[in-house]
Amino acid sequence: MTSQFSSSSLPAPQVGTVYGVVLNDHRSLARFGDALEAPPYKGAPKAPAMYLKPANTIVADGATVRLPKGETAVEIGATVGIVIGRPAARLTADSALAAVAGYVLVADLSLPHASYYRPAIREKCFDGACPVAARTVPAAEAGRLADLKLTISVDGVAVGTRTFTELVRDVPRLLADVTEFMTLSVGDVLLLGVEYQAPQARAGSSVHIEAGPLGTLGFNIQAATEAAQ
Amino acid sequence: MRRARIAWQGAIHEAVPHGEQQLKLADGRIVDETEVIWLPPVVPGTVFALGLNYADHAKELAFKAPDVPLVFLKGPNAITGHRAFSRRPADASYMHYECELAVVIGKTGTRIAKSDAMDYVAGYTVANDYAIRDYLENWYRPNLRVKNRDACTPLGPWLVDRDDVADPTRLALTTRVNGVTTQQGTTADMIFDIPTLIEYLSSFMTLAPGDLILTGTPEGLADVKAGDVVETEIEGIGCLMNTIVDDETWFANAHFDKARTA
Repeated sequence: MTSQFSSSSLPAPQVGTVYGVVLNDHRSLARFGDALEAPPYKGAPKAPAMYLKPANTIVADGATVRLPKGETAVEIGATVGIVIGRPAARLTADSALAAVAGYVLVADLSLPHASYYRPAIREKCFDGACPVAARTVPAAEAGRLADLKLTISVDGVAVGTRTFTELVRDVPRLLADVTEFMTLSVGDVLLLGVEYQAPQARAGSSVHIEAGPLGTLGFNIQAATEAAQ
Repeated sequence: MRRARIAWQGAIHEAVPHGEQQLKLADGRIVDETEVIWLPPVVPGTVFALGLNYADHAKELAFKAPDVPLVFLKGPNAITGHRAFSRRPADASYMHYECELAVVIGKTGTRIAKSDAMDYVAGYTVANDYAIRDYLENWYRPNLRVKNRDACTPLGPWLVDRDDVADPTRLALTTRVNGVTTQQGTTADMIFDIPTLIEYLSSFMTLAPGDLILTGTPEGLADVKAGDVVETEIEGIGCLMNTIVDDETWFANAHFDKARTA
């Protein structure tokens, strides 16, 4: 994979396929509220509610991310990526952690979208929509996920924090439920979930995420250029 | 020109047709098409698939045709080659094929105008975008458990060069299950045509060589069972063959021999 998609001082991290999941924490489910049971959803997700961040979205720490034409703001879905270390298929929760190489800090960017009914391709797959930190931290060095706190700042001002204490599916459970039907390959990344209504950044701002043992990740948000890129 | 990617004698080769039932490798070796392992004709980059892109199919599923393309993505795990097996899990009650024209992107592009879009097409192949409707949920629907299952999107047999297809907007699509025709349509009935899809996707994403756009399927869905041989054919592009197998066959050590003799 190359860094041709967005200007950046570093090449894009070499990752396989990046998958994400929404509504994997109880706080987000609570925010969704009664809408979970109403049409069009008619009930909370049973299987992990997944999406894919394709190759064009992956950019490095320090990238400048240009929003699609006409867009002025983006949600900063600060999260942790589970980096796969061995082919992972039909894992059981008991043994799933053996397939994990480590964890990486990821900013899953989305154009704000109210409906989760249809795949949000334009909203989640625009060029540069997935800044990934440079270093995958081995599981042994990452500490307890329950102790991890991500702090998101926009232009130097803290706008939100993210913890992983209220997960619907923890890492082993998520890996088991995903690999029940799809194989993850070495280098693939499974995001542990983004917060519903995550903090936003506007075009022209600079975003910084602090993640303790997982390091930091920064990027700039810009409006679309007028001419074709 | 039409080209296949195959595995033969411990290596991966590009091959071209040699008569009806044989392939020719670059060095001149001739092999029978049933002896080789057919790989997807391109190493897939980003795989886009269209939902409800034929008006009759949208109606069949009781949906209004969409105003913007309904696009979902697949990972590389989903893709398999010609003459491969796809697994129908024991708990599935409705698994159906979807015969689709797959467009292979040939060069990198962003913000591609509709009028230039065909310059970015390398060629075409056939996809069978199986779905297991039992697992449908209303979250980013069609969800990955329905559409991104291992080896449930056969692709092939050939990559056919763009310029060898005079008019991709008038190709007959046919699916046969055990030799009986169950789905018939034409690419003329696509709601969003190929240039429109390329313009739409590239308005916010950079398309790259090897990216695939599976352009949707017409009406004529039917349940397929273990043992069924499913042929999805597109006029001038190829006939993609796949066999449905059950869990026992899929996971059995000797599954290959067993299914061949079934």
